Formats: sequence, structure tokens, C-alpha cells
Amino acid sequence: MTAAPESTPDTSPQTGRPLPRKEDARLLTGRTRWTDNIEPPGTLHVAFLRSPMAHARIGNVDASRAREMPGVAAVFTGADVADEQGSLPCAWPVTEDMVTPAHPPMAVDEVRYAGEAVACVVARDPESAADALEEIDVDYEPLPAVLDLEEALADGADAVHADAGTNRAYVWPFSNGDVDAAFAGADVVVTRRYRQQRLIPAAMEPRSVVCQPEEGGYTMWSATQIPHVLRLMLATVTGIPEHDIRVVAPDVGGGFGSKLQVTAEEVLLLLLARRLGRPVKWTESRSEGFQTTHHGRAQIQDVSVAADADGRLRGLKVDLLADMGAYLMLVTPGVPLLGAFMYPGIYKMDAYSFTCTGVFTTTMPTDAYRGAGRPEATYAIERIMGELAEELGMDPVELRRRNWIGSGEFPYTTVAGLTYDTGDYEAATDRALDLFGYRELRAEQERRRKDGDTVQLGIGVSTYTEMCGIAPSRMLGELNYGAGGWEHASVRMLPSGKVEVVTGSSAHGQGHETAWSQIAADRLGVPVEDVRVLHGDTRVSPRGLDTYGSRSLVVGGSALVHACERVVGKARVMAAHMLEASEDDLEFEGGRFRVRGTERPAATIQEVALAVFAAHDLPEGAEPSLDSDAAYDPSDFSYPHGTHLCAVEVDTETGAVRIRGYTAVDDVGTVINPLIVEGQVHGGLAQGIGQALYEEAVHDADGTLVTATMADYLLPSAADLPGFTTDRTVTPSTTNPLGSKGVGEAGTIASTPAVVGAVVDALRPFGVRDVPMPCTPERVWRALQEARQARNGGEGR
Amino acid sequence: MPDIRVTVDGVRYDDQVEARRLLVHHLRRLGKVGTPVGCDTSNCGACTVLMDGASVKSCTVLAVQADGSRIDTVEGMASDGAWHPLQTAFHRRHALQCGYCTPGMLMAASDLLQDNPDPTEEEVREGLEGNLCRCTGYANIVAAVLDAAAEMRAAEMRTAGMHAEDLAAAEAPTERTPVGGGAA
Repeated sequence: MTAAPESTPDTSPQTGRPLPRKEDARLLTGRTRWTDNIEPPGTLHVAFLRSPMAHARIGNVDASRAREMPGVAAVFTGADVADEQGSLPCAWPVTEDMVTPAHPPMAVDEVRYAGEAVACVVARDPESAADALEEIDVDYEPLPAVLDLEEALADGADAVHADAGTNRAYVWPFSNGDVDAAFAGADVVVTRRYRQQRLIPAAMEPRSVVCQPEEGGYTMWSATQIPHVLRLMLATVTGIPEHDIRVVAPDVGGGFGSKLQVTAEEVLLLLLARRLGRPVKWTESRSEGFQTTHHGRAQIQDVSVAADADGRLRGLKVDLLADMGAYLMLVTPGVPLLGAFMYPGIYKMDAYSFTCTGVFTTTMPTDAYRGAGRPEATYAIERIMGELAEELGMDPVELRRRNWIGSGEFPYTTVAGLTYDTGDYEAATDRALDLFGYRELRAEQERRRKDGDTVQLGIGVSTYTEMCGIAPSRMLGELNYGAGGWEHASVRMLPSGKVEVVTGSSAHGQGHETAWSQIAADRLGVPVEDVRVLHGDTRVSPRGLDTYGSRSLVVGGSALVHACERVVGKARVMAAHMLEASEDDLEFEGGRFRVRGTERPAATIQEVALAVFAAHDLPEGAEPSLDSDAAYDPSDFSYPHGTHLCAVEVDTETGAVRIRGYTAVDDVGTVINPLIVEGQVHGGLAQGIGQALYEEAVHDADGTLVTATMADYLLPSAADLPGFTTDRTVTPSTTNPLGSKGVGEAGTIASTPAVVGAVVDALRPFGVRDVPMPCTPERVWRALQEARQARNGGEGR
Repeated sequence: MPDIRVTVDGVRYDDQVEARRLLVHHLRRLGKVGTPVGCDTSNCGACTVLMDGASVKSCTVLAVQADGSRIDTVEGMASDGAWHPLQTAFHRRHALQCGYCTPGMLMAASDLLQDNPDPTEEEVREGLEGNLCRCTGYANIVAAVLDAAAEMRAAEMRTAGMHAEDLAAAEAPTERTPVGGGAA
């Protein structure tokens, strides 16, 4: 490959180009900078002693033998740090009377979930620390485990937090329209209970934290999604001034929400570094992480839908029990409420009511996991639409057509109060039906049913939307969230014409370095390889609100657009001066300022950058810098949507499910890099399918997590998953300058109901109406037996 | 403590190690941190390396068991300044996102292709079953391995052809991507 000559840099449009990622080189060659690869000289290693009990009073803790072990620098119990450890933060008090129990990073008097830290050893190496843990004796006085959400709310239930006097964290209601009238006047009412099993996010990189005292302050490296939020929260919890803390998120190996947290270990390592004056390091083992990295989902959903005989939706009622776990962590209580606005999905209806009750249990707290509230909502509405279609004897796609917002009706304000800016549900659905071969598959299904084939075919439909680009600060404020939702970018034009882009959005596998380079290349007219993207270090990227909620491109990318516009604005003044023309007469294209309608020579942005750097001849009043910043706050959420169709074969003798085909047509607005977008969809599908078929965090009756290893918690492998058929339709978002809608969570949100819906659809002839997730062979088989027995019993009567 | 000698990516290391130390931890203490640890039950495969040419999960091998062995890790995969065809294919096909599983995935895939240079999609899926990825949904990984297999077979054919015709090998064009390049 020959490089383009210096005089004609390649400035062809980058937006929409499937550019392989810049990040890959270090990841493919083992030169990655994971937190666990960082070890400053003199580092001491930390290991935590964790409670084997879900709920117990802590009696005497004897660490005397551990302190005498070789290589041990220090041992601390919860009591040792009680005065300085503070309480882990919850940034989302969803109601004024929400119960927010104190959450000490290390338990002092009582443990409330198995895995909670009660002591820690600091030693010369990880082995010495692990050995010393064995020598700590803790007296536990067992207390009752609280695991069942409904039992937890009953009168006289054992309390997770005795002081609170209730296991009810909050009750959050929402309603719009006359729900009672809608249900009273309806021809059909369908009511279902769905269970969102507890999931373990399981990013491939375990959590890891290194904290080093230096220059009168502290540098913390952490495998986190949120270096900026973490810095602020560490300062708030410990009282160490914010400007004395630097947080670095080096290469981070996946997060999916699990690293959107301020963890006990992060706070404690900061305190240990302060106490000992030495760098300290901790990396979780996988089984430790499964117990103590926050979990997701864990809800019981009671859903009722009311409709006319022709299928027109009248109303929707949702009553939710949401498992908070033992404490409220960073956004624990808010997660189910992110779903509150999404239950109506893409459908028009007259009335909607929603209530969420947050419930404490003696388990690891739940918090954001890919989709955070929205997968649960989408699951419920898409599953119950399938049930309603069955009730009405109508094709499930036709039922959706009769109720969805038409492409001519945007912007449309839903019954949940959100205004969807753009979308085209018809286009996405038509394309998906085509690619999937819907009609042919239905015919095959009919045939197999008629033939009594032992392997039945089922088809699942999911026409989802989601609120992304979290979020408009004003709306977060209305929801009592503790922070805003803006994002920051800055652009530095170097004298040589190369560009540094700094983003506050912190990547952990998404490909920001590539996509941001593409945006900057287009907006500044520079070659994409001339752009370097910096992120994930509060010293390099001073402002930001980090990465979650499919917000990075929509919000962070938009901030970059604005910063680039400011650079070009400043460059225009200088270019006009250099070309002896009026600014108004200049056009800027492909990185060149040219006097409109003339053959006069142009000034490239690189020439302007050099001239501004030299600053020998600046226009009157101009500053010698093109560098610019922008902070961008979106005017509204963005609303990606799509149609996902899944075909499964279910062996009615064994209960085994095989995904025969999966088609996803997503509308994520304008696409910067289709390669990255497709990858996000694939990965999202894998996690949604994981919930549908494989994954579940299970506790025994004592509250011990029995799926605490990868041998027990089934993450789908390459052999478990099918290939995917994906395509896109595009209706650009109008709420941000890129027109993008966000894609990080789409696949996960859409796929779970498509897969479970397909499993149930396969078993309809036997009377099956639901299979609880995950739809393991045993559960499918049991559902089939129960339905058959119910039917036989009915016939016998 | 036992003395062991292992050759990692062509460099010999003589060390005393604790008998209980796992190979992956030994590698990482040697500074070979390109091989990460992903689990503690040998399920994830992130730590896969080649031991005397065969893939092993380096968390299931004690360092002392590797005494006298040759270990190849992802750090030594590129040679003569050029990426391995698997690395190139993973890049082109976007077969990695966070990249944490990638070192193990690459090593497992190279072992797979050694055993079966022309696998079907299903054989690739089965062959990589012991390596978990949480980001990609595997579709692009499978495609990349199939691409690399085709590329490696084609290169093999070219080499064989060259020998047959006794051509001057030095004239042959290279299809490999330079290290650190290939993006643009």
C-alpha cells in the first residue's frame, strides 16, 4: 500500500465507512494495558475475606494470627476502618421517602449478602495475602436470609435492615389516562406474570484496582466505565479533595453496566493507600467477581393488557417487584424506572399505569446491566403482545401493525410521556420479514404441527424501541438522578496539522478511538489516521460523564461535532486573514478553505494550524490557538428501534431448543462505522439470547450463590449460538447533530422476547403459554408436561 | 522451591517457582502480561497458550509442569514484523471488541487450524467452544477464523507451487499486513 502524497491527503468521507478499528493493534498483539498489568514499584497486594453467609451478625474477628504471617504488611477489619470508610453512594433517590441504608464498604456489625467483605489482608504478593486470609477467624451469628420478593414484603417478614423496619425500599408510581375505563371497556384482557431472572453481567475482564499515593494525592487505575463519576464519588465518600485524586481507566475489558459502579474495593484501596503510603492492588478472581460485582434484572412483572376485539390496544397495567439486593448502589433503584417509560413500546394506547416496588433481599445488589430496565420492559410488552395475538387468533405481526405508531405520525408523544422523534416501524418490519422468510417459516410450522413432528418450529417477534443517549440533564433532574447527562469533548490542533481529540466518554471495547477519529476527520477535513483519540484518564480528559445507556456516540460524539465546529470557526477567521478575503466568502470543504467562486489558492486547515501556532501574523483580536472544547447536552433521548425475528426448533421429547434462524433489522439512525454497529448488535444478541436460554444466578435457601463460577453460570459459547442475519433501516434522529440513535443495548433489549416468544410459539399446540427463563431443556420439557397434564385433566373431567 | 526452565516466545527463562504457582501466573510474573486471566475454573480460555505446539489453558497447568517446555503466547504470534493471518483476519472482520478474550481466542484458533486447516463453520464453533467471548456474539470470530484458514491454505499452496516450479522465493509478494498497520 502506498501512502497518499503529502499534498493530497485522503479526506474522503469517513462517516458510514466500515473502517477496521484503530484499537485492534494493541489488543491483537498482547500489548494491551489492562489494570491487572499495572504494578507500580513497591506494590502491596490486597485480598478480601468475604462472608460465607448471606445474613449474619458479626461477632469477634480475630486477625492476630494473620498479622504474624510472612509477607503480611497489614490486616484491617471493618471495625478498623469504620471511622473513615463512609458509605457507598446511591446517586438516584427515586422518591423522597426512599429507604437508603448505610452501605459500609467493609461490613462492621452485620453482613447482608454472601461475599460481603469483612476484613482484608495487605501483603507482599497475592499468595501471601490469600494464605493470611485463612488465618482470620470470624464469629458469625446467623440471621435469616431474605430471598423471596413477595415474602419479603409480607407482614412480619424478616428484615434485611432491622433499623428500616421494612424491606420496601420505595414505591414509584406512574399513570397516564383513565386505566380503569380502558380496561372496563375492553373486549379482551390478558394478564401474565413474567419473571426476570437474576443475571451476572460477566465482562471478560475481572475487576481490578490499583491505587498509588503520589504527589500529595492519589492515582487510581480501575477497570471502570466511569472514571469521572468515580473520582467525584471517591472524593465525596472519603473526604479526599477531588483535585487530589486522579482516576485512570486504562484498557477496560468489557463492562455491560457492571463497571458502572463505585465499588467497595475502590473506596477501600484508596483508604489503604492513604494508611500505608504504598501502592496497593487488588484483582478479583472470577468466582469472587460473580459474588460481588453487581447483578442485573431480578424482577417480577405482573402485566395486563386490554384491547378491542379487532386488536386495538386500550390500556396497559404494569406492577413490578424489583430486587434491589442488600443495598442501594450507584443507580440500583433507578434501573427498573428506566423501563417504566418503555412498557408501551412502539404502540398507541389510551391509558397506562405502572408501579414499581423496590425490595431489599440478602443478596448482592442489582444495578445496571446492558439495557438496564429497558430489556425487562421490552420483554414484558413483546411477550404479552404475542399472548394477545394468540387470544385474538391474529398473526402477531398484524397485531403490531394495527397498534404501532405510523411512520407519518412522528414526532409522537407516547402514553408514557416520551416524544419519539423519528422511526419507521413498517420499513424495518417489512425488511425483517423478507430476510427471515416469515411466510415460508409459518408454512413449515403449520406442516410440522399437522404432521405431529416431534421437533416443532416456533417463531418469535420483537418490534422494540428503547430510549438511548442517556440523557437530557433536565429529564434526569426530573427523575431525581444525582447528575446530568451531558458529555464533553475537546479538539487540539497540533502545529503539524495532526489532531488530538479528547473525549469524556470512557471506552471499554466499543471502538471510540476509531469512530471519534472518523467524526473528527470528516468535520475537520483531515485524514483519519491523523487523529488520535484520548480518553479514560481524568488528568487527560478533565470533564466527562462516561459511558453507559448507549450514550457515547449520541452524546459524546455530538460534543465532538460541536468542538470541531468551533475549531473550524476559529480557523475560518485565520484563513480569511491569510487569503485576504472576507470570512463570509470562504467555503470549507475537504479540509480546505477556498474563496467561493474563484480559482485562488486555498488554505488547508493544517496550514492554518501552523500559522496560528507561529502566531506571527494573526488577525486583530484572534488568540493563537485553534483548540476548542464543547460540552453537549442532548435536547431529548434518542429512540432506536427495530424488528427482530427468531425461529427455533424445539424437540418436544427432550426439551432441547435450537435457534434455527435469527434476523435483526435495526434502525439506529445515522451510522458512523457499520462494522462497529454490526458488532454491537451481534454481541447484544448473544447476551439477550443468553438470558432467554442459558443464564441465571441461583441462590440456595440460605442465600449462597450456587452459580458462582463459570462452570455453573452458563455463558453462551460459539457452539451455542447461531449466525445472525442483520440489516438496517435508517431514519436519522433529530435530537442530535449526528442523527445517531445509539446501538450498545439494542440487541440485548430486542432479542430475549424474540427467542422466548419463539419457544412458546413452538409449543402453542400443546397449550404452553410460558416457559420461565432461562428456557433450559428441563424447563421446556416441564412446561410441556404440565400443559399436557392440564389438558388431559381437563378432558377427564 | 523447584527450578524450572521454560522458553516463552523464543526467550529462555530459568526460575525458581512455588510448586503451586500456575503457568499463567508464572508467565505474567515474567512480564508476559499479554496473556490475561479470565476465570478460576478453566472455563473461559482467555489464558490459552501453546505448550510445545498444542493449546492449553495456562491456568490448568502448574508452572512446574511446563519445565522444559516451549510456550508460545499471543505476544510472539506476529513474526518478521508481520501479523499472523489470524490477527489480520480478526482485525478486518472486527472479531474483537474489548479484546480480553482475544489472546486466548487467537491461540486456540491457531491450534484448531493446525489440526484442521479447512474447517467448516460448525467445526470452528465446536473448536472454539472452550473460549468464551462476551462482546462479539462469535459471528465475526468464526468468520475471521474461516478467512484466516483460507488465507493460510492459499499461502501454503503458493509455497508448494513455488517449490515445485523452483521459483526464486525472494520475488514472491507477501500478503501479510505490517504490524500496527492495516487499518487504513
